[in-house]
Amino acid sequence: MLETPGAVLPLNYWPVMVYGLIAIAFGIVTITIGYFFRPSKPSQSKLSPYECGCPPVGDARERFSVKFYIIAMLFVLFDLETVFMFPWAIDFKALGAFGFYEMLVFIFILMVGYVYAWKKGALDWD
Amino acid sequence: MGIIDLLVLTIYIVAGGALIMVFTLLNTAYLTYYERKVMAHMQQRLGPMHTGYHGLLQPLADGLKLFFKEDIIPSQADKAVFILAPLMGLIPAFISFAVVPFGPKFTVMGHEVPLYLADLNISLLYVLALSSMGAYGIIMAGWSSNSKYALMGGLRSSSQVISYEIAMGLSLISVLMMSGSLSLVEITKAQAGAGLLGILPNWNVFCQPVAFIIYLIASIAETNRAPFDLPEAENELVAGFHVEYSGMRFAYFFMAEYANMLMVSCLAVVLFLGGWNPIIPRSVFEMVPGLGGYIGFIGDPAVWWFIIKLYAYFFLFLWFRATLPRLRYDQLMKLGWKIMLPVALANILVTGIVMTFLN
Repeated sequence: MLETPGAVLPLNYWPVMVYGLIAIAFGIVTITIGYFFRPSKPSQSKLSPYECGCPPVGDARERFSVKFYIIAMLFVLFDLETVFMFPWAIDFKALGAFGFYEMLVFIFILMVGYVYAWKKGALDWD
Repeated sequence: MGIIDLLVLTIYIVAGGALIMVFTLLNTAYLTYYERKVMAHMQQRLGPMHTGYHGLLQPLADGLKLFFKEDIIPSQADKAVFILAPLMGLIPAFISFAVVPFGPKFTVMGHEVPLYLADLNISLLYVLALSSMGAYGIIMAGWSSNSKYALMGGLRSSSQVISYEIAMGLSLISVLMMSGSLSLVEITKAQAGAGLLGILPNWNVFCQPVAFIIYLIASIAETNRAPFDLPEAENELVAGFHVEYSGMRFAYFFMAEYANMLMVSCLAVVLFLGGWNPIIPRSVFEMVPGLGGYIGFIGDPAVWWFIIKLYAYFFLFLWFRATLPRLRYDQLMKLGWKIMLPVALANILVTGIVMTFLN
């Protein structure tokens, strides 16, 4: 741990920021340099979307299964529950038995929602 | 701390960051070589042999070839999103390596040099957050290509990634209950020394075997690898979300995929396999006459242990790929939501009961 008296940003995060800039620079610079080396001979058939060699039929952005939305909604719920469990897990030893019982109540509520989603068929994929 | 100190620190960080970048790039390149060689020998082939000694220069040749290939942007694509998507896939995958502890601090000419760029107290959350960012690159690529295969692949891929992320997060919680820290350096240090029965090392994999198996399955599914490679099922979806990409932009997705695999393997090594802690204690080597003086020459042994474990864990990925057939989509969702999630929750409960009442 580095000491940072009066610093606005904790100095521990400075390497992460700098490294992030290095990674972004690498991504952009490599593709920009490549611009001067790679050929560019576009033609109409080359620029059309791939569809097994046939001319593409209609627009690709059509409707898709509602199941994907349900999975996304369930993900938001359960991932939030997981995030709530992280701080509890870190302090598990300090919280002791009381903290464990509290978490049992939390997991019970989580399980009620989970069983409901299961019974409603949200987890089935037909 | 003055501005000069900050500048000096920044120069050190840039040097260290460049090193980690090179390490990541070399490893992602040679993971492809490792994969092709292992797969080839499992199928009684030789794999790449012509470029360099036993094909050792093959990854560099592949990279150069992709660099000089034409960059095709389909005429009906959403151009801005199409260009941004590979970067959204690659950059988060690379940034997360900033917090991976490859080795402990060691002393060079009176300076303490850590073998990690940053030791945050939220390292693990940082890595998990960035690995979720990768899903944006996939869904942006799938949507912007305006190709049916790409859209289907992108949807499948992103819903698979988010489904298995829950099981992965839950499997990590039982590890965190034991270590009591989110800092990857602290978690590694907590696994030092001898553990169960005094014979096995004190690694989390021995105390949390169920969590390790859940993490293993979830990490393969997260990175869209066989047998969970439905988003890229060649015989259904051609190549999935990156079917319209070519040249360097395709290479970015490819690198992002392998960087993500490297990242989940790094996390597995740190969280379950003891990180940089040695498999064979240093004292054993020092007992061998004449060897003691050479330990310092090959660098800090801790880094080599880390890399050995990394490649051993990655070997499991290849083994599964060579052995198992691909799952059906409903089986995949069933496994993630109906089996892995309850088992991970039960594992947390059992860990909690054992730690509360038996300690």
